[in-house]
Amino acid sequence: MSNSNLPNYLEYKGKYKGLLGWIFSTDHKRIGLLYLYSVMTFFIVGALLGLLMKFELIAPGKTIMEAKSYNAIFTLHGITMIFLIVIPGIPAILGNFFLPIMIGAKDVFYPKLNLISWWLYILGAVVALSSQFMHGASPDTGWTFYAPYSFRTQSNVLPALIGAFILGFSSILTGINFIVTMHRLRAPGMKWLKMPLFPWSLYGTAWIQVLATPIIGITLLMVVAERVLNIGFFDPALGGDPVLYQHLFWIYSHPAVYIMILPSMGVISEVIPTFARKEIFGYNAVVISTLLIAFVGYFVWGHHMFTAGMSETSLFAFSFLTFLVAIPSAIKTFNWLATLYKGSIILKTPMYWAVSFLFIFMIGGLSGMVLGSLAANVHLHDTAFVVAHFHFIVFGGVGFGFFAGIHYWFPKIFGRMYDASWADTGWLIFFIGFLTLYAPMFYLGITGMPRRYYDYVPEFHPANIISSFGAFIMIAGLAIIIINLIRSAKKGPKAEESPWGGKTLEWTVSSPPIVENFEEIPEIK
Amino acid sequence: MYSNLSNFSEGVDNAFVIIFSVIAVFLVGLTVLLIYFLFRYSEKRNPQPTPIKGNMWLEIVWTIIPLGLVLGMFYYGWMAWIPMLSKAPENSIEIKTTAQMWSWKFEYENGKRTDTLIIPLGKPIELIANSPDVLHSLYIPAFRIKRDIVPGRITTMWFKANREGEYNLFCAEYCGLQHSYMKTEVKVLSPEKYDEWYIDTTAAVALTSIPGAAGLKIIRDMGCTACHSLDGSTLVGPTYKGVFGHEVDVITNGKERKVIADAEYIKNSINNPNDDIVKGFNKGLMRSYKNELTDDEIEQIILYLQTLSGGKE
Repeated sequence: MSNSNLPNYLEYKGKYKGLLGWIFSTDHKRIGLLYLYSVMTFFIVGALLGLLMKFELIAPGKTIMEAKSYNAIFTLHGITMIFLIVIPGIPAILGNFFLPIMIGAKDVFYPKLNLISWWLYILGAVVALSSQFMHGASPDTGWTFYAPYSFRTQSNVLPALIGAFILGFSSILTGINFIVTMHRLRAPGMKWLKMPLFPWSLYGTAWIQVLATPIIGITLLMVVAERVLNIGFFDPALGGDPVLYQHLFWIYSHPAVYIMILPSMGVISEVIPTFARKEIFGYNAVVISTLLIAFVGYFVWGHHMFTAGMSETSLFAFSFLTFLVAIPSAIKTFNWLATLYKGSIILKTPMYWAVSFLFIFMIGGLSGMVLGSLAANVHLHDTAFVVAHFHFIVFGGVGFGFFAGIHYWFPKIFGRMYDASWADTGWLIFFIGFLTLYAPMFYLGITGMPRRYYDYVPEFHPANIISSFGAFIMIAGLAIIIINLIRSAKKGPKAEESPWGGKTLEWTVSSPPIVENFEEIPEIK
Repeated sequence: MYSNLSNFSEGVDNAFVIIFSVIAVFLVGLTVLLIYFLFRYSEKRNPQPTPIKGNMWLEIVWTIIPLGLVLGMFYYGWMAWIPMLSKAPENSIEIKTTAQMWSWKFEYENGKRTDTLIIPLGKPIELIANSPDVLHSLYIPAFRIKRDIVPGRITTMWFKANREGEYNLFCAEYCGLQHSYMKTEVKVLSPEKYDEWYIDTTAAVALTSIPGAAGLKIIRDMGCTACHSLDGSTLVGPTYKGVFGHEVDVITNGKERKVIADAEYIKNSINNPNDDIVKGFNKGLMRSYKNELTDDEIEQIILYLQTLSGGKE
């Protein structure tokens, strides 16, 4: 199968040529790459915005910008990173590319819908970002758009909201597509419990995308209606309730964290067995925990609002469930560790990322225990501690998982190999930078520094200096990683069909894969 | 930790210590195990992997043990939280608290008003808080207390301070442009000193003998200076310096015009701030103070503004 004479998906010439051959292609692999390029472009922008914030916070008082710019920048950083990067992220890039191949299908079930999802994504991004260039001030509400501030501010909140609304549809359509693909297109003989773990994680994710995203859509529309038509849902001045907004917002945005992290866990569940040269320990337990996370994740949103003034009963329930949702993540972690036991471990770039993922994810998850506790939460809510926890999970968890995945599948995607020593150097610098950047923020939060602070009292200065330096280190590592990958995609040495000895179906097809992946649909025994 | 500065801090710190101990054991233990595995089962030391599919008992064990531990952590967090939810004691000192963009206002039982929170040591304090504009959150890190102040609702919280001193009070919920400057201090005085301060209203009387001083006090207490400077620098709103009696470019109903900032104009700007917007500033940021300031008080403010413009009209 490997020495196929059929053109691979990169060379294939269809109805259109050049760029049009990409942006109108319904090939899931080309769409995956469209997402890769667009998401990475936004990611670089988002990371540079984060860097600007860290520049500002290196000293109290004004360093490089005014409070107004700082507030606009953290809002844009949040909107870009959340709605344009980590939510679509792994499913749209690696999921699009590998889900069909890993289950032995020629494409997703609805290839045109898949292309529409990307177009909606671009449309949503353009609308959301137009808020920066239109007449008037950039949005300054934070990515949470909390009422009633989001009604009082004169900044361009409307386009940002409408953009997020459109992006929601892109996410829902991808979810539907993946669910149907997995139900209908698994290769003959691939029973549910024979499906690899990365598709399983996408399955759990897809259900959350389909069921939770409409709630944020409706909520954002309610805000638009309130701003434009003065209907009082959330603004007390119009008889609304701001806490209602928070409930609706987090009913989506908490499960959204699982939209982000589950696919990353799926990647890790592929990488670790390959490099331990051993099958995953407790396959069934990992599958069950994936589904449990997706399910229980719906019922914990209230832990974002412990100080907002809820009833005792809801506080009790939300804190209790928050602790419960930690269990399936712990089970996964134990299974990953047990997979290493009696393995024969090869430490290569994807494995460095996977192992550091474990460490970062443990810190992120365990710090979540502190926040889930009611008494501790009172002190830590809305402080830098939350920001640190959140970045360990969402940037650490998703980012390290994504980079593990991209370094794992890179030879398959581009048919070329990257420079391993540069990749490892980039990883090491990034890892050190990451810890230096975010670990001090735990300390800042414990000592009481609120989040979204443009300026701070002098006692918070030392930890902020360390944190800012961490950002500089991390960006340097990121630059090495990205430059290495871009160079190698064009100039790297040709890659083998299966450079790591992976056992899943994508390693049986040529690198890069042919247009419809398989000459013959494989049969699973 | 264990600074024990308020009646709640011990419970919160206990929960902290317990949870941090458990997670530290896990983090260190699992990391050591991870590194050991990477070393012991490296390709070099263990060239041949042993296939293991899984182990039911192990799965059960590592489900049950963490389950027990998280329930324990939940319990301690809950137990330390219950007292915070309890009703304030009968003998609490009630202080009306207003959180507004971007300052704090405290009003005591005898009508005294301050922009810092002044409280006696060891007595229960109940803050009865509201916000006239957006969400804020009252956060005193040293006391381990925080509560969101939601506009349209009355939020109450209570605590007792255990040691004299000055502590930071922050706004923890993002509330717009000057969010990070919406901070003040809690001053914990000995009961004797507090009583002395509380009874003493002469400071205010003495001030009234200086022209405009009463107006300045009102401006400070109402938190006007969060947006309007006294020294000519531009904040969210126009400065007070040199305004009175001078010509101002304003936008009225979308049209630009020039007005003289006389007493009538100042009064209308306080009561209906969106009528005339000074050119270069944004509409909708200031709320009306119609029900909060009496005509007398506005007159005092105008007297003070005159002193900032050389006293001439």
